[in-house]
Amino acid sequence: MAEAKPEKLLVDGRRLDGRRPDELRPLRIKAGILKRADGSAYIELGKNKILAAVYGPKEMHPRHLQQADVAVLRCRYNMAPFSVEERKRPGPDRRSMEISKVIREALEPVLFLHLYPRAVIDVFIEILQADAGTRTAGITAASVALADAGVPMRDLVAGISVGKVDGTVVLDLMKEEDQWGEADMPVAVMPRRKCITLLQMDGNFTPQEFRQALDLAFKGVEQIYEAQKEALKEKYLPSLEEGR
Amino acid sequence: MKELIASVKKEYLVDLAMQGKRVDGRALDQYREVSIERGVIGTAQGSALVKLGNTQVMVGVKLEKGEPFPDTPTSGILVVNAELLPLASPTFEPGPPNENAIELARVVDRTIRESQMIDLEKLCIKEGEEVWAVFIDIYVLDHDGNLIDASVLASVAALYDVKPPAVEGWTLPEFPLRAKPVAVTVVKLNGVMMVDAGLEEENTADVRLTISTLENGNICAMQKGGSGFFQREELEKAYELARKCGEELRKKL
Repeated sequence: MAEAKPEKLLVDGRRLDGRRPDELRPLRIKAGILKRADGSAYIELGKNKILAAVYGPKEMHPRHLQQADVAVLRCRYNMAPFSVEERKRPGPDRRSMEISKVIREALEPVLFLHLYPRAVIDVFIEILQADAGTRTAGITAASVALADAGVPMRDLVAGISVGKVDGTVVLDLMKEEDQWGEADMPVAVMPRRKCITLLQMDGNFTPQEFRQALDLAFKGVEQIYEAQKEALKEKYLPSLEEGR
Repeated sequence: MKELIASVKKEYLVDLAMQGKRVDGRALDQYREVSIERGVIGTAQGSALVKLGNTQVMVGVKLEKGEPFPDTPTSGILVVNAELLPLASPTFEPGPPNENAIELARVVDRTIRESQMIDLEKLCIKEGEEVWAVFIDIYVLDHDGNLIDASVLASVAALYDVKPPAVEGWTLPEFPLRAKPVAVTVVKLNGVMMVDAGLEEENTADVRLTISTLENGNICAMQKGGSGFFQREELEKAYELARKCGEELRKKL
């Protein structure tokens, strides 16, 4: 990881991997790829490889963790030790605990948790290979996994990061841009009603850049939303047609 | 960090908010009384006690020599830690920091780090071998809402209180600071946005957004919290509140 900062991250309007500022990395989503989980999804976004699994709604144990009026949503964001350049020490750290919390709060708005009092819904997100934007890609996969589990939802949640490199606002930061860029803003959205369910930011944005970044995020989210729906159709359309 | 609150109380707070009012008579864009006391702890290199109404947060800054991280051999180190002390609320328990304490520390860390208020390069003693480490310890003493804004205020005030000559081996004329970031947290109650939520307002709101701004109005950190959501226009409004209230708060630093 001791690579030197490239002189420029943006040359003639092209990024290190040839993308334009408003382009996503190659995206692939697959629904229902784990046998035992109630719902699951796999996402590749550029070099990111992420698995998400959902268990539940099921009875919450131990009982003192139950909520009398709603189901509890639990999220665990976890990075595999081999997912980054230098081996990551296994287990939760401060970063992953914070990310697990914001992911839970990004997914909660789409769920009807009051339908399952005393129950728990577990969402597990495993980062197998990381290349920046893992929390938002994790949210994208997790919401497909929730739909795959048949959990009632108001909408899907699609996540993407936007940021600033060499003074230009760009969509979907890759590792080098995350590391050397001037700002990073992960965003998650319920695409149909354009509600923002996750928003974090670090770096330096003028108010104009902030607006521009939001515009770009909404644009990216549209594409991700289509890919999420495609993934679900790919799995469920054939069986629907068979049943007809 | 949610605590239980009676539903009649909730409805009352929401009703008030819908009329643009608040339970303690404040305007929606008005902070509680802010007090900042500096130099409250003699054993810290810098310290501050901030009160936002009944909320009290103390911050101590300690400087120690340490080894730089291998990927930033010429940069000093910044470490932010937050303790939600059991004496501050009946809902806080002893033990290792939970996700709320970790989030609080990390939001303050991002605000200070990304504002670049500390010139960490100046804290290099010997490249690759020895640098100054700045430890910011946030001690929450009384939790009556809006811990993030109080913690950022206290941290920035404590950093500006650092008197370096007291540390052995210090050679710089002063502690290298160059910005005053301020965090403003906006909560949403049934669509109504307000700043500096008291505990009951905080527990009634379903979503909050913290925006940390610099002197020029630029944003250096943001964090959404809670299980609700924001619409696009609400973000614009939150930014305006953060800029306006941030300016007021900065005058007190």
